[in-house]
Amino acid sequence: MPFDLAFIWAGLIAFAVLTYVILDGFDLGLGILFPFGRSDGDRDLMMNSVAPVWDGNETWLVLGGGGLFAVFPLAYAVVMPALYMPITLMLLALVFRGVSFEYRWRTKRWKGVWDIAFFSGSVIAAFAQGIALGALVQGIEVTDRAYAGGWFDWLTPFSILTGLSVVVGYALLGATWLVYKTAGDIQVQMRRYARWLGSGTIGLIGVVSIMTPFQDAVYFERWFNLPGSLWTMLVPLVMLALIWAFFTGLKDQKDLQPFLSALGFFVVSFIGIGISFYPMMVPPTLTIWEAAAPDESLAFTLVGAVVLVPMILGYTAYAYWVFRGKMDPSEGYH
Amino acid sequence: MLDGFSAETLARMQFAFTVSFHIIFPAFSIGLASFLAVLNGMWLWTRDRTYLTLFDYWKKIFAVAFGMGVVSGIVMSYQFGTNWSVFSDKAGPVVGPLMAYEVLSAFFLEAGFLGIMLFGRDRVGEKLHMFATGMVAFGTLLSATWILSVNSWMHTPAGYSVNDVGQFAPEDWWAIVFNPSFPYRLIHMVLAAYLTTALVVGGVGAIHLLRDRTDPEARRMFSMAMWMAALVTPLQIFAGDLHGLNTLEYQPAKVMAMEGHYVSYPDGAPLILFGIPNPDEKRIDYAVQIPYASSLILKHRLDAPLDGLDTIPDDEEPPLAIVFYSFRIMVGLGFAMLGLGGWSLWARWRGQLFETRWLHRAAVLMGPTGFVAVLAGWITTEVGRQPYTVYGLLRTGDSLAPIDAPAVAASLIAFIIVYFFIFGAGTFYILRMMNKRPATPKLGLRDGPIRTAGVTPASQIERDVVPGK
Repeated sequence: MPFDLAFIWAGLIAFAVLTYVILDGFDLGLGILFPFGRSDGDRDLMMNSVAPVWDGNETWLVLGGGGLFAVFPLAYAVVMPALYMPITLMLLALVFRGVSFEYRWRTKRWKGVWDIAFFSGSVIAAFAQGIALGALVQGIEVTDRAYAGGWFDWLTPFSILTGLSVVVGYALLGATWLVYKTAGDIQVQMRRYARWLGSGTIGLIGVVSIMTPFQDAVYFERWFNLPGSLWTMLVPLVMLALIWAFFTGLKDQKDLQPFLSALGFFVVSFIGIGISFYPMMVPPTLTIWEAAAPDESLAFTLVGAVVLVPMILGYTAYAYWVFRGKMDPSEGYH
Repeated sequence: MLDGFSAETLARMQFAFTVSFHIIFPAFSIGLASFLAVLNGMWLWTRDRTYLTLFDYWKKIFAVAFGMGVVSGIVMSYQFGTNWSVFSDKAGPVVGPLMAYEVLSAFFLEAGFLGIMLFGRDRVGEKLHMFATGMVAFGTLLSATWILSVNSWMHTPAGYSVNDVGQFAPEDWWAIVFNPSFPYRLIHMVLAAYLTTALVVGGVGAIHLLRDRTDPEARRMFSMAMWMAALVTPLQIFAGDLHGLNTLEYQPAKVMAMEGHYVSYPDGAPLILFGIPNPDEKRIDYAVQIPYASSLILKHRLDAPLDGLDTIPDDEEPPLAIVFYSFRIMVGLGFAMLGLGGWSLWARWRGQLFETRWLHRAAVLMGPTGFVAVLAGWITTEVGRQPYTVYGLLRTGDSLAPIDAPAVAASLIAFIIVYFFIFGAGTFYILRMMNKRPATPKLGLRDGPIRTAGVTPASQIERDVVPGK
């Protein structure tokens, strides 16, 4: 594996996407659980538990997309038209959801409208992201540096399954986040949801993992080929450990352990996808090196990323530190 | 509803629609961020509470406008891929890194400092708060700089080579960023943003003066805005003229369309003030024109020859009528702004600035014209560079993604509905805030933090500014 600019950038983009999934995952999940809040007070609490951080979380999506355009323009040019509808849906859903955070507080008559916008925006955005993932795993047809498929190619039983998986998985992240951030009735309620959602997520990850190697012979080979598969065996083992940590955490009424374990599910699944894909940027034909921009572009952008990404990580960590600990409902947040 | 349009036409409509919506918000927030920095600086310097009240008033309006600008901007950055993927592949190595820098640097500044500016005065101290306010203003200007560099490169490409897979490959980043039209475009746009904001602030001030001409905040903001309009408009007209001369050098066909010159004038071209372009006959009907004035303006000689669109092959011509009209709207509004600024100077000199009711009414009427002029200006420059995306090198028709018309039509309709709904509501909330006196204690219905963009830790520390509850 050549360690060059393209490889570094593939790692950075993967990092940005994973950071996005981890960070925005739980606040989208919270939106998915929003209608299940038992009272207006509970719903205010739910929304307020992510209000200080959600917008920073979404920045990583822009970084992922903008970064892809800058350093892997060919991948960007192929993937975006292939995922035309899911991407457009996701953007519109995120617009709705994003403004709900603010508009909801600016009106009495329309509060219900923005509540619905918040919930449906979160569900649609999560589902569209899952579909995009599934469509990418299935592979994207490329001829002459352009997308060569139809505009409904992304819609298959497999991509619907991955879409559903992401919705359930994000809801799990949302529920465990609330277990961590709240106390009392709402915590009990969310702990109960987390158990069901956790089982659902694990089941769906299992089904998707079993189906993935059959989407492309290359994936199959990568996973079931000695001696390489000795390494890939680590992935399911770590997953088993995380599942154990998740359920014991719930049973012992730990606050943070279920959330961290659920994040672990996503990290491990992401690594699994990485193992399937490498060295492809866009399966089945486009490699990281074919998709990369000229070295001048990669080097120029890397300078900025090396300086600015740690700063962004720094203030993100600071924001989470400022808002650590349980929410106090009487305080009405903030 | 959109049957019969090609995918290319629909994709162009979608881009025009989303980018036109988008530019309204930055045009406002760039100027407003600087205005806020000035207000805060004046408050610290003079300790006159009027400035502080105005700062708190405009910062809430700023937050909503800024948020809408960010949300509509995210859509832009993905649309390059979904609708214009061939452009993305070919031009990505050059313009992508500039846009990545915009994301990294602008997001960094806004994320780090917006919250402190909005809510952190009591938490971080006045000095750090002033610094944060300055950084937000700087961030909006920095963001504009990167984006206008990208846009200018597409008009006047420089510093590139073409590699073996047909991409524009960067050769000289300095030449790319500081391409020939960039300085002119940047100055013209930043001044436009300042002028737009001055007109909005002046219009809001005038509304409150018409209701109560003793309102101290209304007097202060009206006075500041009218100074701005009086000083910046002449500068802007001068900058626009320089920008036009730069365009004549690099994109002569655009200037031909702006001037309405279907034909060449070997002995000096007339300045067509008004008229109706007739594309079939290739002439301007009912033209009102000043002989030789166009040559005088563009070449500084009465009898200087000027080429017309008859020297440009038909398939390389921009659509004259749109450019011709939009250019006249922009220039006409520019001179109306000059008139308003001059009138305000006259009224001020006579000590009647806060008593001249008709001046206030005119200022209210002129309030939104900055946005119209900005849109008209962008339409002039963007339609005028057709049929190219990268001028002279990549045609618009060759930039399109391999997408089907129904897909673009469906998403275009979705964008139109969602944008009118979302931004309609946001604009309504802004107008409702503007309609209240600056000294109103609670502007929003339930006053709370507004952060559509940026992690804003400082904003959350202050626990008494709470939405709801």
